[in-house]
Amino acid sequence: MSQAPTSFLENAPVLVRDWATGFLPAPARWFANSLIDIVSILAVFGLLFAFLTLAERKILGRVQNRPGPNRVGWAGWMQPFADGIKMLTKEDVVPIAADRVLHFLAPVVILAFSILTFAVIPFGRNLVPLDLDAAVVYFFAASSSTELAVFMAGWSSHNKYSLFAAMRALAQLVSYELPLLLSFVPVVLATGKLSTTGIVAAQAGWKWGFVPHWLVFTPWGAAGFAIFMVSALAESNRSPFDLPEAESELIAGHLTEYSGFKYAIFFMAEYFGMCALSGMAVTLFLGGWQAPLPALEFIPSYAWFAIKLMALLFGFMWIRATLPRLRIDQLTRLAWKFLVPLALVNLGTTAFWFLSTDWSGPFQAIRWAVAVGLVILPAILLGRSLGSGLGPRTYRYA
Amino acid sequence: MLGTGLLKGLGVTAKNLVGSFYDPKRFVTTQYPEERTKLPEAYRNFPFLVSESPEDPMGTLRCVACQICEKECPPQCIYIEKSRDKKPDANGKMQIYPAVFDIDTAVCMSCQICVEVCPFDAIKMDQVFEIAATDRFTGLLLDRQALAKPNSYFHQIHPTEAEEVDGRLAAARRAAEEKARAAAAAKAAAKAAPPAQPPAEAPKPAP
Amino acid sequence: MNAALILIALATLGTAAVAMAGRNLLHSVILLAATWTGIAVFYLWAGAQFVAFAQVLVYLGAISMVVLFAVLLTRRAREESVAGPELKSRTFFSVLAGLAVAVVLLAAGASAPLAVSSGPAPEVTVRDLGVLLMGPDAAALLVAGVLLTIALIGAVVLAAGSGPDEGEDAP
Repeated sequence: MSQAPTSFLENAPVLVRDWATGFLPAPARWFANSLIDIVSILAVFGLLFAFLTLAERKILGRVQNRPGPNRVGWAGWMQPFADGIKMLTKEDVVPIAADRVLHFLAPVVILAFSILTFAVIPFGRNLVPLDLDAAVVYFFAASSSTELAVFMAGWSSHNKYSLFAAMRALAQLVSYELPLLLSFVPVVLATGKLSTTGIVAAQAGWKWGFVPHWLVFTPWGAAGFAIFMVSALAESNRSPFDLPEAESELIAGHLTEYSGFKYAIFFMAEYFGMCALSGMAVTLFLGGWQAPLPALEFIPSYAWFAIKLMALLFGFMWIRATLPRLRIDQLTRLAWKFLVPLALVNLGTTAFWFLSTDWSGPFQAIRWAVAVGLVILPAILLGRSLGSGLGPRTYRYA
Repeated sequence: MLGTGLLKGLGVTAKNLVGSFYDPKRFVTTQYPEERTKLPEAYRNFPFLVSESPEDPMGTLRCVACQICEKECPPQCIYIEKSRDKKPDANGKMQIYPAVFDIDTAVCMSCQICVEVCPFDAIKMDQVFEIAATDRFTGLLLDRQALAKPNSYFHQIHPTEAEEVDGRLAAARRAAEEKARAAAAAKAAAKAAPPAQPPAEAPKPAP
Repeated sequence: MNAALILIALATLGTAAVAMAGRNLLHSVILLAATWTGIAVFYLWAGAQFVAFAQVLVYLGAISMVVLFAVLLTRRAREESVAGPELKSRTFFSVLAGLAVAVVLLAAGASAPLAVSSGPAPEVTVRDLGVLLMGPDAAALLVAGVLLTIALIGAVVLAAGSGPDEGEDAP
């Protein structure tokens, strides 16, 4: 490692925390540490959620040749607070036939599990709240438990349209769990660890001094990253997979009967899921908090994490601005007939990659060619079969 | 190949996103109310009364309270009361004027029939639309004080129509003057000519 | 005994009891999900992190969905689904089976040497688990995988062939 671990900015968060907990007696320090971790995650990601909604509206606006919100505060930066006040002061309407307990519990459960997923993401060199041995499994366990809340929301509303929408949402979420989980198995294969800090540490260093060892720069890593991002889009109900919550589909899907703050909580849980999955993608494929060039290591690790996270979130919004929504059958066909086979083939490609690590000299070029071919060829072939039978539309006018 | 259309689409949106900061074609929003879009000349909303001079709007109204527009208005939103006395109009002729001229703009449907039927070019269509009121009944009832606007304003909002109206009125005025001069000349000639002329040869006034 | 273990056990068994005794079928399913979470917490208390996370991932993330879909797609009426035995003999035989299971468990618990060991618990990392699963226990893993695949194929065949509109996904 370079001289970065000793720079002041790098260690500032830990130093501040230790100074604050130094006032407490030694036995209570671990508790205070955890409390400070929790509060800072909630504060940072809460504010990030607020400004992400604004950024999304402004970016979508600019793509659509309009300014986005620009009236509240200078250039609209106070819009999230205006929206927050609106959400808090709206009347909380619960249908009279709804199951009150489940109706109340659904937003609680979804928010709780969404926040739980943040505990294992390494935000910086010394900034991981929980360093677990099986951190990645914990992450996916917590994020797949949010699906139960989606069903609870749809069923407890006592509204058949909400129920249909909840079942469709569930079908979508379960279908895309598979490619999501399969796409990170090659990463575990490569690094031999399930712990997020271990995976980030395994991507350290630079080849030839300037090409980072990030897993996205390998053929199988790039394919895995692409599959992971598509599945993450679907897991967080983002366009083009936002069928469950689109306004033109069964009003608001499983959220139809929620108003005011409960709706805001579902919204928050969706954005938290987006941030957490992007954070995981950064950790697994983009080298976590590591700098891309040795010369840029003076920028603190948490700043690099933030830059990469913002880049991925901007990609999410860019995709939302560009693509139309997929139908439920197109969604599930994409998952089962395209992404799952691709992810399985990717596993094979990774295995080949690691079995051929010590090929020498010109064989390295063959190794790269074979790996790239193994990634691109199935994508083309499967993509052809995905769209087969759906020829160009012929319009016949009367 | 699957995905090429996607990438092309992403390129289009990226061009829009970046271009919206410097290219006016990619940022078509008018920041109302700081900026206003230029309304087309033929845009119309509610009528207004044309007066010749801005210093004395009530005294120089072209309207002579003939009540044709009141009768022709389909939703009957115009209310006119004639005056008891007469005032000279632009040509010097004594005309009655409207003592009360109310238009209920909440009822007016901007059909322009009142403009089409007015023989005196006294009522024309205005382009104002920001007249929101807080009072439901009398807030949008405009009386003749609020409706009277000078001819210069008419030129501002409908230039070609105003030019055409002015030309026509000026030509009518010239024709009237010509006729008056010709009548005066004929009368003088009839007086100067021998009185034994049969009255049948007296020049008849032009119709 | 450890206070945490007592709390976890009470929570798990309590939610399971309420789930089994409840009248509303869907409430029972949600309470069952809480029971599975209790078991995951027990695994965490026992130090088996990987198993705990796998329990949550599999049970809460997948099996609960399966149960919910099954309940929703096979209900006969739209009103409250009442869960209760339909015949008296069923009640009798189910109590008998429960008692038999309880006797077996108590016998196993009483006869096993449950002395508290003085040494530290063995540190089993995920790597050790993986090596075990791929080495000595690989056959069990493969057999379980084959069984699950057969069950899945059977379910798909049953679902596809059982009627005109009995598909897995909602319309």
